[in-house]
Amino acid sequence: MHISRGFHGRHREAADSDRIPPGQYVTSGFPVLSAGPTPRVALDQWSFVIRGELDEPRSWSWEELRALPREDITVDIHCVTKWSKLDTDWTGVSIDTLLDGVDTSAEHVLAFCDGGYTTNVPLEDVTGGRAWLAFGYDGEPLDPEHGGPVRLLVPHLYFWKSAKWVRGIELRLDDEPGFWEGYGYHNYGDPWREQRYAGD
Amino acid sequence: MLDGNAIAGTLDDIFGADMTLAVATCSGCGARGPLAETAVYVRAPGVVVRCRHCDNVLVVVIERGGTYCVDVRGTTDLRSILGP
Amino acid sequence: MNWQLGTVVELLAETDRTASIVLRVPDWPGHRAGQHVDVRLTAEDGYQAQRSYSIASAPDDGSLMLTVERLDDGEVSSYLVGELRVGDELELRGPIGGYFVWEESFGGPLMLVAGGSGIVPLRAMLRHRLTRGSTVPISLLYSARSHHELIYRDELTAAAERPGVDVNVTLTRERPAGWHGYDRRIDGDLIAEVTWPPAERPLVYVCGPTAFVETAADAFVSLGHEPGRIRTERFGPTGSEEGSHA
Repeated sequence: MHISRGFHGRHREAADSDRIPPGQYVTSGFPVLSAGPTPRVALDQWSFVIRGELDEPRSWSWEELRALPREDITVDIHCVTKWSKLDTDWTGVSIDTLLDGVDTSAEHVLAFCDGGYTTNVPLEDVTGGRAWLAFGYDGEPLDPEHGGPVRLLVPHLYFWKSAKWVRGIELRLDDEPGFWEGYGYHNYGDPWREQRYAGD
Repeated sequence: MLDGNAIAGTLDDIFGADMTLAVATCSGCGARGPLAETAVYVRAPGVVVRCRHCDNVLVVVIERGGTYCVDVRGTTDLRSILGP
Repeated sequence: MNWQLGTVVELLAETDRTASIVLRVPDWPGHRAGQHVDVRLTAEDGYQAQRSYSIASAPDDGSLMLTVERLDDGEVSSYLVGELRVGDELELRGPIGGYFVWEESFGGPLMLVAGGSGIVPLRAMLRHRLTRGSTVPISLLYSARSHHELIYRDELTAAAERPGVDVNVTLTRERPAGWHGYDRRIDGDLIAEVTWPPAERPLVYVCGPTAFVETAADAFVSLGHEPGRIRTERFGPTGSEEGSHA
């Protein structure tokens, strides 16, 4: 293998290993990854829907979402492309709040988004304080490049599960693979077990 | 967002030949054109090639441990003129 | 297509942030004007980064030349423009690309439209046309932010003196005193002034940042030029945190 004299590449912190999953490096930037064009939606046209295995679909307009109890959280995020970003600050509404009082026998969730992106997550992984609809990042409204107005935030899984431009979740009895899962990425995506690809 | 020229090297690895002139037919809208003129997203967990007219996903390439996984289900037809 | 090692034989400063790298590549198979190479850098710990760079040299030039723009947080471009030294070896593969190429046998008239570092592959096409003694009429429209950011400025000025060669420059952000060229972003009117009418059926090659290419290509189509005679190459970020590439 040819080594390029004097090349070091982007600064890669071998940081505090307790916080960095295997195979990851810490970045100070916030890379923008996207599988397609950035959707734009007018806030007065925006809504979030919970549909599928529940008695009545529920939905919220932008105003209604903003009126719900919100949380400021600080989490580490881990992208399957190997970068991790520590102590990211988000503002949003817990999925638990949205599912409050919902009776369902669903075990699976499929998140769907403007632009057609989807991702699947077990229901238990978006409840119990593990997931949010995030509309603020670093004290500012979430930028469209990073999924604004609202993205799903599920930081304990690889970041492709934190679907940008999310418009709803479908509660399902059976599991339906989402966009990247259907193309060969891992169905669950636990960074601590390095579950990047199907079969890992 | 780039075009198919940006993945010419990757496509050459996969198909063993230059594919920028290969003509793909979109399974979404039927539009036909060279891969060089498709809308390509390379800053993602994989390469996503979309139809410039309807945004339908034409091709996805994922690389895992030295293996390329290529999905061309978004094209109903992919044609490349044989070399000399 | 295998990776090869080229040796840097010369480095040329083109502008404040752009440099040309001349390479000797022992088993270079030759190339066509408009093609590019992939360059791969490997750090001592095995970390690799790869980018594509258009070939600036014409097929008959003898040595291979790349021109690279150093981007603000570009991990590869800041190595190639700044750290790389004469005598270093560079891993590359190519030539790559069959769509965005022009050769003498394609004929013309030939219309080249460059935005910023998009001038690089078009320079190869222009040189090819000149060194082959071709009589294909050729027109270059080059958009840059300022006079300082014009790459190959002297070479292009000299080329404009050659018969059958027309060079038009538009500087979009600042102009030197006494500037007589264009001073705005390209639009349909500007293009119509510097190109042939659709009836002449020029071959059009547009290269630069995505937004520039789309504006230019749309303008040519709106003016009545055949879409099938317009070839486009969009430059932009390919690394996960980098800006545009050349």
